[in-house]
Amino acid sequence: MPGDARPKGIFKNLTAKIAAIPMVLTAMVVFLGCSVWTIVYSFTSSKLLPKTRWVGLDQYERLWGSRRWLVSIENLAIYGILALVLSLMIGFMLAALLDQKIRFENTFRSILLYPFALSFIVTGLVWQWILNPEFGVQNIVRAMGFENFIFDPLYNADIVIYGVLIAGLWQGTGLVMCLMLAGLRGIDEDIWKAARVDGIPTWKTYVLIVIPMMRPVFITTLVIITSGIIKLYDLIVAQTGGGPGLASEVPAKYVYDMMFLSQNLGQGFAASTMMLLAVVIIIIPWAYLEFGGKRHV
Amino acid sequence: MHTTCKALFVSAVIGASSASAAELEVTHWWTSGGEAAAVAELASAFNATGNTWVDGAIAGSGSTARPIMISRITGGDPMAATQFNHGRQAEELVEAGLMRDLTDIAEAEGWKDVVHPISLLDACTIDGRIYCAPVNIHSWQWLWLSHKAFEDAGIPVPTNWDDYVKAAPALEAAGKIPLAMGQQSWQSAGAFSVLMVAIAGKEIYEQVYADHDAEVAAGPDIARVFKAADDARKMSKDTKVQDWNQATNMVITGQAGGQIMGDWAQGEFQIAGQVAGEDYTCLPGLGVNQIISTSGDAFYFPVMDNEEQSEAQGVLAATMLKPDTQVAFNLKKGSLPVRSDVNQEAANDCMRKGLEILAAGNTIPDTNQLVSPDTNSQIEDLFSEFFNDSSITVEDAQSRFADIVADAD
Repeated sequence: MPGDARPKGIFKNLTAKIAAIPMVLTAMVVFLGCSVWTIVYSFTSSKLLPKTRWVGLDQYERLWGSRRWLVSIENLAIYGILALVLSLMIGFMLAALLDQKIRFENTFRSILLYPFALSFIVTGLVWQWILNPEFGVQNIVRAMGFENFIFDPLYNADIVIYGVLIAGLWQGTGLVMCLMLAGLRGIDEDIWKAARVDGIPTWKTYVLIVIPMMRPVFITTLVIITSGIIKLYDLIVAQTGGGPGLASEVPAKYVYDMMFLSQNLGQGFAASTMMLLAVVIIIIPWAYLEFGGKRHV
Repeated sequence: MHTTCKALFVSAVIGASSASAAELEVTHWWTSGGEAAAVAELASAFNATGNTWVDGAIAGSGSTARPIMISRITGGDPMAATQFNHGRQAEELVEAGLMRDLTDIAEAEGWKDVVHPISLLDACTIDGRIYCAPVNIHSWQWLWLSHKAFEDAGIPVPTNWDDYVKAAPALEAAGKIPLAMGQQSWQSAGAFSVLMVAIAGKEIYEQVYADHDAEVAAGPDIARVFKAADDARKMSKDTKVQDWNQATNMVITGQAGGQIMGDWAQGEFQIAGQVAGEDYTCLPGLGVNQIISTSGDAFYFPVMDNEEQSEAQGVLAATMLKPDTQVAFNLKKGSLPVRSDVNQEAANDCMRKGLEILAAGNTIPDTNQLVSPDTNSQIEDLFSEFFNDSSITVEDAQSRFADIVADAD
């Protein structure tokens, strides 16, 4: 009976739809509503408290004229690209090594995953000490007899972001390794056997057969790492405080400092709107390609 | 109806606690050795009135603590009293009606007659009403010199900034860091404003910070200040500490020749058992222009629903300005009392110098009172970068400084 199809469409699975209402409301009000509110107020001159004194694009002009914001973006780009590439590469290598049916695999896996159990604050402080020239690596190497050895990334504005990168990789690679290992374990044993029968070398099997088969795992990992990179804040605060000078500032810290230290909400909102825009520009085409296409299959 | 409810509620609360004593949570960022000893004096004075001081120290510095305080006040979970630097940090909170009006307490205690200089009370006054209790006077304009460092280098302790700059190579040769400077941005910006008062003088300082005159900021006087800041940058390049008290410690132990820091550093010397004039020298106005700024700390009291606590807030505000509390607190803190009518016998060498300058009226308002936190943090960003990156030229930094001054509010 085609006449009944329409009303049925709405009331189909009614309980499930009712159950979803709180989630839908939360998403609409908290995520969408607050984002819109933030964007609207980024066009005002709000200081400590939000006020509707409209100033047009002034906040954005100041934002893009601010050296600190430009340095922040540059740092995020360097950190982001390197963290993404290196943590995927190192994570996959470690997983591939662990996958060789070695002894004490559980032990090694735990050791490599342990840093992930620490917060970024602890990671930042630990690496601040390790990289401190008076107490850390530089001091140890000098004590071994290399008197002129210099290694003080956190006090050198040109390379400070790489000092942060080391700490970020140390903390995050273990998780990537675990995800990759799970992906590797998901590859059917028969595929390896078939590759061996065909005489394909192991590295080629990895690159040409296994990695393409692990595409879903790679995408999950990519999303997790990327979101971690964009919200990078606590590691910087604990490790360098944005210094020396402005050399290790990042956008999330700019937003926080503007909103709460400078008591300039409008400027903070403008910066967070730019961060949202950047995410949207990257995510939407990718999500469309990744998930939108499947309906036609 | 509403008042009846309130009355019922209040009587219920009073009934529950039976006595008129109240617990007040007080937040502040005084956590270094000298500061903690000073705040204990305030707490014991307040506890002596039969109430209870609940300490809410927030470690870090003002820039860590203020956002926490502000978000608690605006988020509807106010503490009973909180420290701010007097000036414009709490301006909008007062305008939004979130702070308790202290005018009644101020009039009963006669603050208008005893607080000296009166500009401290002016900084607490908005539209004729008083909203904060100033507790001390701090000035930024001090140079602290380590006698040990200069002895080790075999040169006399300098008496002004220029001699100090000339002494830098000798200090370096003796393996000392000429100038200790923590890397937090407020320290860099503070040092610059100190240099400005010392080298360019009071008028230029006021034209730049109070009148926001960008032409002066781009002019030859400020160029000389930037030249001095460049010297300071070279002298401090090997300091690898963050916090101000770590830098002060380098002066105390003789690893560094000196430090430009406010008189709160005094508390650290005192805790270390050092004697002014014997172990260290303090030069107000860097030994050039003996002018000090009158910044400092003040307590604000957020509006509370509970009348009993409101009452106790008044008691706390009054206690903080009592002569005995003022003397005890400020001796430990290394700051000057806000009243001129208190006993100064116990003041040490450096505090006396400060009191003399204060009595002579050679004071200027602090930058926190003249520019908004927004402008202030732009200035801090600039100097944090300038002092940590020697590739920024003096001319470049000055033109950026003039831009900030032009847009200042």
